[in-house]
Amino acid sequence: MKMILKPCCAIKSLTAILLFVSLTGCASIEPWVKPYERAELADPIMAFGRHPVAIQHSAHVRDSREAAKGADGSGGGGCGCN
Amino acid sequence: MAVAEAVVAVIKSLLAALPGLAFSSSLVAAVLPDNRIDLMHHSYQGGGVSIDGPALMLRSKVGEQVSVSGFYYVDTVSGASIDVVATASAYSETRIESRLGVDYLTGNSILSVNYAQSDEDDYNAKSVSLGVAHDTFGGMTTLSLTAAAGDDEIGRNGDASFSEQLRRYSYSFGVTQVLTTRWISALNAEVDMEQGFLNNPYRSVRYRDPMAELGYGYQFERYPNTRNSFALGLVNKFYLPYRAALTASLRHYQDSWDIRAFDAELEYVHPLAERWVLDSHLRWYQQGQASFYADLFDFANQQNFMARDKELSDFNNLSVGVGASYRFASWAWWPTAKPELNLEWDHIRFNYNNFRNVTVTGAEPGAEPLYRLTANVYRAFFSVYF
Amino acid sequence: MKTLLLGLLLTVLSLSVRNASAESQAAAPDFTLKALTGVNLRLAEQRGDIIVLNFWASWCGPCLQEMPALDKLASKYQPLGVQIWGVNVEADSTAAQKYLSKTRVEFPILFDTENSVSERYQVQAMPTTVIINKDGNVHSVHRGYKPGYEQKYENDIKTLLRN
Repeated sequence: MKMILKPCCAIKSLTAILLFVSLTGCASIEPWVKPYERAELADPIMAFGRHPVAIQHSAHVRDSREAAKGADGSGGGGCGCN
Repeated sequence: MAVAEAVVAVIKSLLAALPGLAFSSSLVAAVLPDNRIDLMHHSYQGGGVSIDGPALMLRSKVGEQVSVSGFYYVDTVSGASIDVVATASAYSETRIESRLGVDYLTGNSILSVNYAQSDEDDYNAKSVSLGVAHDTFGGMTTLSLTAAAGDDEIGRNGDASFSEQLRRYSYSFGVTQVLTTRWISALNAEVDMEQGFLNNPYRSVRYRDPMAELGYGYQFERYPNTRNSFALGLVNKFYLPYRAALTASLRHYQDSWDIRAFDAELEYVHPLAERWVLDSHLRWYQQGQASFYADLFDFANQQNFMARDKELSDFNNLSVGVGASYRFASWAWWPTAKPELNLEWDHIRFNYNNFRNVTVTGAEPGAEPLYRLTANVYRAFFSVYF
Repeated sequence: MKTLLLGLLLTVLSLSVRNASAESQAAAPDFTLKALTGVNLRLAEQRGDIIVLNFWASWCGPCLQEMPALDKLASKYQPLGVQIWGVNVEADSTAAQKYLSKTRVEFPILFDTENSVSERYQVQAMPTTVIINKDGNVHSVHRGYKPGYEQKYENDIKTLLRN
């Protein structure tokens, strides 16, 4: 028997799962990279967007000549301090 | 588009549920971006066009919880692109873009508000965006959500009565995950919805016309008044043990005009000695054409929607770039500042599969050579981290 | 659109700066680490003194921001039987030693290159400051650093000195 999930139901269950996982903090899984082990990730060469002014220009050069846009930024990483 | 609607629905419900996420997080909180000031000169040379100008970016913390940022950018265009040369259409010369942003740090989250404005004599664009970035799972995971809305006013040089509008909405969702002490990965999804005047008031399409001198005639392009798009990007960063960073990115794009695009990029950053950082990148981009695109239509008004914009054609491009940063010794009069000089050069080659170069004389209509474009992009900027 | 705005509003209201401190009376795990000066320092031998352990790294902005404040506390309370120990958590101490050669501090810096001490103290944030009373029990744990936290450390020290 085929089980086809309707888009609206799929979205609702996905949201519920994501919420549950985050609310319980993945209770059985502990963060495996400790805050004191982030030396390499905190290195400036590992930053997303090392030079925002250059990235803005580069993105503009591309966006005005290519049809594709979006999904090219990200946050997080770094030292994870505080 | 079903996919677009699904992503927007997920983002909206996640934003509504954000308070729940806040309570669940661990004790780890986030940090505001570092202070910096950048002064840049940029230059694009390619396809008969030269676009130069300055740019200024500033980011500074105000107190302990707020960071403000500003961006000012000028484009001055000279020369003529193939569109201009082919149809001798009017061309705007100067574009000024400015942005202002405020980031607010609270607990494990950073709330951001941004305003952007772009002005040229026949196009004014304004947009506002609201975003949240939230650190969770021991600081290993960052979730981010952004919603933006834009309003554009389009004019036409030499036609004071011409005035059109464009409304843009954008929703994006991202997850950044630390996977090992040397590997971090990010997945980003974005949905854009545009409604209004989407074509260019100067650009034309061409159609076969045996009566015309050239063998073809021109008429204004006609676009749909909506465009919905979805993009999904994956970025992986690896720290190499001898101290270098490798970044691999992939992105898929599709929209309601039937354009499908894909790009892949590899970037390598290598510090050298005490003061140098070198970087290089390689990028491949390819896209399919919009459903209503054709280089040469068979007759006038062949379709409801017609486009001949090379940006909507079937093409690919390859870009190679290198960059170098030099960190100067600290200044005596400002010991905490870190001054740096950065130079970047990108070389991009475009190969158009169904856009022809009509400036080549003596060719049969529809049999002109395919257009190729080679561009060089230069950036020189002086940065101070403080 | 309304859901969006409501969600963002609720987020702003609910995300108040939360108390990142915790009270605890468990015994502080004993350890011996080598200091910058070359001597070995053992926690258990400091019974009778109040110990402030500060876990830090040279790549951590807030940690470096907090150094001058810790230095001030060290010189102020050292005659009263309070010791501040900086515990550097980096596997490779080169960067930390370079930082310390430029920014001198009065209090001892220990190197936890194996991260055994960080693990035993369950360090969950960078920086983390653990205040240990005269009996060798953990009095309080402060996670992260924002300007003003040094006042919290000072209050804890004063409380412990009164007993």
